[in-house]
Amino acid sequence: MKLEVRELTFAYGQKTILKDLEFRVEEGEFVSILGPSGRGKSTILKLLTGVVRPEKGEILIDGQRTEGSSGRFAYMPQNDLLFPWKTVLDNVCLYGRIHGSLKDMRREAAAHLAEFGLAGYEDCYPSRLSGGMRQRAAFLRTALCRADIFLLDEPFGALDVITRGEMQDWLLDMRKKLNWTVVLVTHDMDEAIYLSDRILILNHCPARITGEIVIDEKQRDRQWLYGQGDLRREIYERIMDHVDIK
Amino acid sequence: MKKDIPWLAPVLLIGILLFVWEGAVELFSIPLYVLPSPLQVLRALAKELPVLSLHGGVTVAEALAGMAVSMVLAAALGILMDCFPLVRRGLYPVLVVTQTVPMIVMAPILIIYMGFGIGPKILTVVLMCFFPVAVSFSDGLAQVDEEYVNLVRSYGAGRFQAYRLVKIPAAVPSLLSGLKVAATYSISGAVVGEWIGATQGLGYYLLRVKNSYMLDRVFACVAVIILLSLAMNGLIRLYQYLAFPYMRRKM
Repeated sequence: MKLEVRELTFAYGQKTILKDLEFRVEEGEFVSILGPSGRGKSTILKLLTGVVRPEKGEILIDGQRTEGSSGRFAYMPQNDLLFPWKTVLDNVCLYGRIHGSLKDMRREAAAHLAEFGLAGYEDCYPSRLSGGMRQRAAFLRTALCRADIFLLDEPFGALDVITRGEMQDWLLDMRKKLNWTVVLVTHDMDEAIYLSDRILILNHCPARITGEIVIDEKQRDRQWLYGQGDLRREIYERIMDHVDIK
Repeated sequence: MKKDIPWLAPVLLIGILLFVWEGAVELFSIPLYVLPSPLQVLRALAKELPVLSLHGGVTVAEALAGMAVSMVLAAALGILMDCFPLVRRGLYPVLVVTQTVPMIVMAPILIIYMGFGIGPKILTVVLMCFFPVAVSFSDGLAQVDEEYVNLVRSYGAGRFQAYRLVKIPAAVPSLLSGLKVAATYSISGAVVGEWIGATQGLGYYLLRVKNSYMLDRVFACVAVIILLSLAMNGLIRLYQYLAFPYMRRKM
């Protein structure tokens, strides 16, 4: 088991956001956590990266307990969060700068620029890039972390529909090539269906996992996605079953 | 299509004002000790240029020294206030209050403490320039998107690295706006310091020619002060242009 979360509980002040949250992710698996806004999806990722600390619970990677900022997770936020004062190449090498291996990382990054559709833009400032390019730069920055689990926090939420679609295709392709272990947080049902091996439905307040859907399809494309009406209905009903009506 | 030249309107307005001024002085035969005409001021400026450059050099040196001290102090205090909210809560109101004390009152007191040398002049500049720089920098630090900090922390950066990599560079544009304001004040700050007690500098020159009712030279000196203040502001802009290429489009 690559990642295991046990009894994770977290509160902001008096308000409990997560209570006894449990889930597991296999090596090379793409798992989406799907749920309505404001249910603490992003908080789960913050807990994993060690930005905030849980009240209770354990996070295990390869069976080993981790605490705080373990460096095992590569976190990708919703906004690209590229530094406007750094060039694209310097931005994607952030991890190297922090850990004193900038030189090696620059070489490694340069080798990957084309794959991430950024060739020729290494010396540009982010303000010159399109939304999709900025997001790909943020992906490259994430991919260059010496980490084995990717945490994606609604990575395409800020993009327009067309670019979002292109980026999803691109991510699907990259994932096949590189066999990443990914935890994606999203409220976009199609995105979750299209990209994931397994969808975890998060609901209630305090939040917990209320359902799990395995998607066992190896040859995906847009055409396949358009035919997933039943799956969409099932997921929708499963979410609505648990939405608290006040 | 009509081409819009941004500097045309202000230049035209100033030109008209100068023309009316010149005409009025001629028409009503206003004596020099009441109001000199622009041409008289220009002549005085040309004649006094060597003396004015000498005094101007002193004033600029004081202004630059004061700016440098302000910048170092403001940067240190800005980071301190950002690191420790208690320091910010305690110090910020005090900073605001210090700005309400008229500099013309402070300067003589500084001379009592520090004598007639260059020290009190630099301190006057610091007292005027420190505030805009410190406030804009610490506000800039406070407004940095917490997500940036979370990102570098999740990458394993410590608190010091988070400042070096994110917070300080992100607050640089605010720091520069503060510096632009401060640079414009810096020459006036030095002049106020010199006005109270000095043996050289534009403030000293200004006081001397005013006491002799040589108003054409007073105005010439004021023109020099204006030009130098604008030049100080331009200096910061130039620095921004050269040192921070990513901001170029916004300028």
